[in-house]
Amino acid sequence: MIASDDDLLKQAEDWRRAGRDVAIATVVETWGSAPRPVGSHLIIDADGNFMGSVSGGCVEGAVVTEAIDVIENGAPKLLEFGVANETAWQVGLSCGGRISVYVEKVV
Amino acid sequence: MDLSLLSKLNEERSARRAAVLVTDMASGKQRLVLESELSSDPLSNELSDALRMGKSGVVETSEGKVFLTVQAPVVRIVAIGAVHISQALVPMAQQLGFDVVIVDPRTAFASPERFPNIEMHAEWPDVALPKLGVDRYTAFVMLTHDPKIDDPALFIALKSSSFYIGALGSRKTHATRIERLKTAGFNDDDIARIHAPIGLNIGGISPAEVALSILAQITAQLRLKPDGTRA
Repeated sequence: MIASDDDLLKQAEDWRRAGRDVAIATVVETWGSAPRPVGSHLIIDADGNFMGSVSGGCVEGAVVTEAIDVIENGAPKLLEFGVANETAWQVGLSCGGRISVYVEKVV
Repeated sequence: MDLSLLSKLNEERSARRAAVLVTDMASGKQRLVLESELSSDPLSNELSDALRMGKSGVVETSEGKVFLTVQAPVVRIVAIGAVHISQALVPMAQQLGFDVVIVDPRTAFASPERFPNIEMHAEWPDVALPKLGVDRYTAFVMLTHDPKIDDPALFIALKSSSFYIGALGSRKTHATRIERLKTAGFNDDDIARIHAPIGLNIGGISPAEVALSILAQITAQLRLKPDGTRA
C-alpha cells in the first residue's frame, strides 16, 4: 500500500534498483489554496508510469511529461503552476492557488 | 538525487530515525543530515525547526535557496488489546499510513489468525512496551476495558513523550480510572493527556465506527494546533 510520501521514496528506490529510470517530483512551495502540501511527491518512470500526487490531479499530466524530459537530460527542473484561466491553453490549478514543483532524476 | 542518498534516507526511515535532505535549488546539489548530526550542521537552527514542525519547506540561506525534505518517523499506534475494535482499526490505520503494534497478554485474543501480518506481542504491557522504544511519534490506544491490562500501559504512556493517549470506556469507567491514576501518583496535567471516552464523538456503535472515531481523533491531534486551527 502506498499511503504516505515517504513510502513513495521507498517505491522510487525499488523502481531504480529494478533497473527503471526514475524521477522524483516534489512540491517545494505553495501560495494560496493548494491541493497538496509542500513535501508531497509524485514519482515517475521513463514510460510515464507514476505514483503519488503533487496536486489533486490538475497538473500531474504536465509534471509526468516534464519528468520524462528530466530523465532524458539528467538536469533537475523547477516547474511553476498557477491559475489555469490566465493562460487558458496551459494546465493549471482550478482552486486558484500556485505551486512550485522540483523534478529530479534518481541517478 | 543520488541513489545512495535515497537509500540512506529510506534506511533511516525504516529505523524510525529522523533525517533531513537538503537540496540546493539552484545547483541541485544535495546532502543528507541525520538526526545525530543535526546539532553540528551549519543549518542546525533551520533544520531543527523544520524537524520539530515535521514540515518540509524552502529556506533562504546565505548561499541561496535550499529545500528541506523533512522525514520524521512514521506514526505508530500501539493498541493495548487484541479486541474486535483493534481488528477494525488495523486495516484503517494502515490505509492512513500508520504503523500498528498490538499488545495483549491474553493469547486467545492475540492470535495470528485474528491479526495476520501485524506486529503483535502476546505479553503484559510492562514487558512488551519497554522493548518498543516509545517516542513522540507513538500513539497509545487502550482498548481492553480491563484495568489489569490497560493501567500498566497507561502508566508507561503517561511517563512517555507519546503524542496521543486514548482509553476506551464510559465516563463512569474513566472516573474510576482517574482515581486509580491519582493513587498511583499521577497529577491532573498527566490525566488531562488522556482522551477518554476515546475518539471523536460521531455516535459510533460498531467496532469499525469506534475505530474510525479513534483514528479521526489521532489525525486531529497530529494535524491541528490546540486551538483547532491547522498546524
